[in-house]
Amino acid sequence: MQTPFKLSLSAQDIACERGGRTLFRNLDFAVEPGQALLVSGPNGAGKTSLLRQLAGLLPLAGGRLVTDGADADTPIAELSHYVGHLNAAKTAFTVRENLAFWADFLAEGQGDPADHLAGALAAFGLGELGRLPAGLLSAGQKRKLALSRLFAAPRPLWLLDEPSVSLDVASVKKLDGAMRDHLKAGGIAVVSTHVPLETKFTHTLDLGLERAA
Amino acid sequence: MNAALALLARDVKLAWREGGAVGVALGFYLVVIVITPLGLGPDLNLLGRIAPGILWVGLLLAGLLSAGRIFDNDYEDGTLDVLAAGPLPLSVVAGVKCLAHWLATGIPLVLIAPLLALLLNLPMGSVPSLMLAMLAGTPAVSFLAGIGASLTLGLRRSGLLLALLVVPLYVPVLIFGVSAVTPYVTGPNSLWPPFLILCALSLASMVLAPLASAAAIRNALR
Amino acid sequence: MISLANPTRFLGLVDKVLPWLSALVVILLGTGLYLSFFVAPPDYQQGETVRIMFIHVPAAWLAMFGYTVIAIAALGTLIWRHPLADVAAKTAAPIGATFTFVALVTGSLWGKPMWGTYWVWDARLTSMLVLFLLYLGLIALWQSIDELGRAGRAAAILALVGAINIPIIKFSVDWWNTLHQPASVFRTGGPTIDPALLTPLFVMAAGFTALFVLLHLMAMRAEILRRRVRALQQTQVERAALAEA
Repeated sequence: MQTPFKLSLSAQDIACERGGRTLFRNLDFAVEPGQALLVSGPNGAGKTSLLRQLAGLLPLAGGRLVTDGADADTPIAELSHYVGHLNAAKTAFTVRENLAFWADFLAEGQGDPADHLAGALAAFGLGELGRLPAGLLSAGQKRKLALSRLFAAPRPLWLLDEPSVSLDVASVKKLDGAMRDHLKAGGIAVVSTHVPLETKFTHTLDLGLERAA
Repeated sequence: MNAALALLARDVKLAWREGGAVGVALGFYLVVIVITPLGLGPDLNLLGRIAPGILWVGLLLAGLLSAGRIFDNDYEDGTLDVLAAGPLPLSVVAGVKCLAHWLATGIPLVLIAPLLALLLNLPMGSVPSLMLAMLAGTPAVSFLAGIGASLTLGLRRSGLLLALLVVPLYVPVLIFGVSAVTPYVTGPNSLWPPFLILCALSLASMVLAPLASAAAIRNALR
Repeated sequence: MISLANPTRFLGLVDKVLPWLSALVVILLGTGLYLSFFVAPPDYQQGETVRIMFIHVPAAWLAMFGYTVIAIAALGTLIWRHPLADVAAKTAAPIGATFTFVALVTGSLWGKPMWGTYWVWDARLTSMLVLFLLYLGLIALWQSIDELGRAGRAAAILALVGAINIPIIKFSVDWWNTLHQPASVFRTGGPTIDPALLTPLFVMAAGFTALFVLLHLMAMRAEILRRRVRALQQTQVERAALAEA
């Protein structure tokens, strides 16, 4: 379904500071193509901050992030999909318009946006809701709309912050399936979640332990 | 290029769809123009003389009122996070969004200005130069407002603060905007020097303001 | 310079400098005021009111100086990420705004006998007024953002935007003024200044500058200490949170 990715990502000695507080430091991990990293820890340990650092939204307070297998000039932000707590969906747009914009905007120069749009509408079964305004969707459907963005453009690194919030059991299964396919295609995923997923995480990182140490 | 066009089209569409943002700005402009003669008295000679100034001040206020939404809605719902990770540099994203504000709000404001000029007894001969000056000056209005909008992202009372930050920056636009119209009203001065300066102000803000906005957005997202 | 980068070293230096600087301010301002009020002759045209200039001109000069300090410190915040740069900019803003206000008040006091009214939309006074608005915006932005780092960077961006705009605003206000009023009426000092008036002016300018530096150093010291208290309170909260867990 996708071209095989061959991106690997490693964090070397990275640190994070928020409002003068050090959330974590001396953090190391390495994720190879097809591998997934589970980030856990208590509230306020810095799970969201770590994901935002990987997405290029929050600067590192120390250390560095290294990618291998991609253009050295491409910032990690452009190699990754960040799905945070907020759904980034426009209530005044229909489901289809929302995803069509992301396909046009994010997948520039990466094939036909129409194909990506079709894939994104199909991924979480939002196709039949396509003509409805996103403002009418339930919380779970809005979450699915946010996750469908993962298919609006092919990107090797998925950064998912509590992706399963408000999803029903069937949708969590779909998410698991999507992750499995993504990893099979050589993609990598960094996920923070409280709900156990079926996806086999090759690495885990407990920020609570890091902090106590 | 496609990404920039997609963003531009999206923002213009949203401006017309999301809660009638454009309509509110136009209505606000009308209200400002209507209450001014009520405060000054119905002396048509006086109104005709000060009409360019009132029309410009009203336009700046209406532009400011609608400026918050250039970035705020996208900040609130997380869209800005994703836009920042797109293929465009953030300064281009900021510039395109300000351009969309100009197209969706600035131009409609300019288009109703002649109608409002009738209420203020602006001489008919001045209307073309009024519209020309406003078309040349409103890009600066949108792009400078973008700086204020990006600096006040997610703050309490952001609308009032935005006005306090941006109004001093509007001083040159206001002065040259009114000067470009007044020669017809008061005397023989040429329209062109203030008009050309307005163009320069707009071009300079289109180049420089997105850089400031992008830095401010980065700062707000972290 | 590197030794100054450390806030603790900076505080030590401030403690050493302050007594000397205070003495300098007292001497300069004392001499300057004496020269301004008792030695300088009254102007043949403006009479005794010319003495207001000895306050007004240095205050106006420091109003610009204050903004320059903020703009340079803004570069320090954004480019070199120097921890003291934001402290310097944040504390310079209220001081600069106060000098701007003094310049506006003395300008309007001078205007009453000269122009017969307290406020005239004279080009210089109007530019000063816009500068005052820029100061107010900066101070308001600092106060609206709780997180110190974000507030500092946002204010730095605004300060640089303002610095680029100040010459343009000045130019446009001058243009506007000549368009609406004949320029000759509003020449403040006249084309030539008597040397007898020049000496007190320079002494007062030096005294005001020293006063600015003194106030700024004291305000920076207070701000550094305030931030330390805040950091200590934060660690206290964190310890309490860890103890609960």
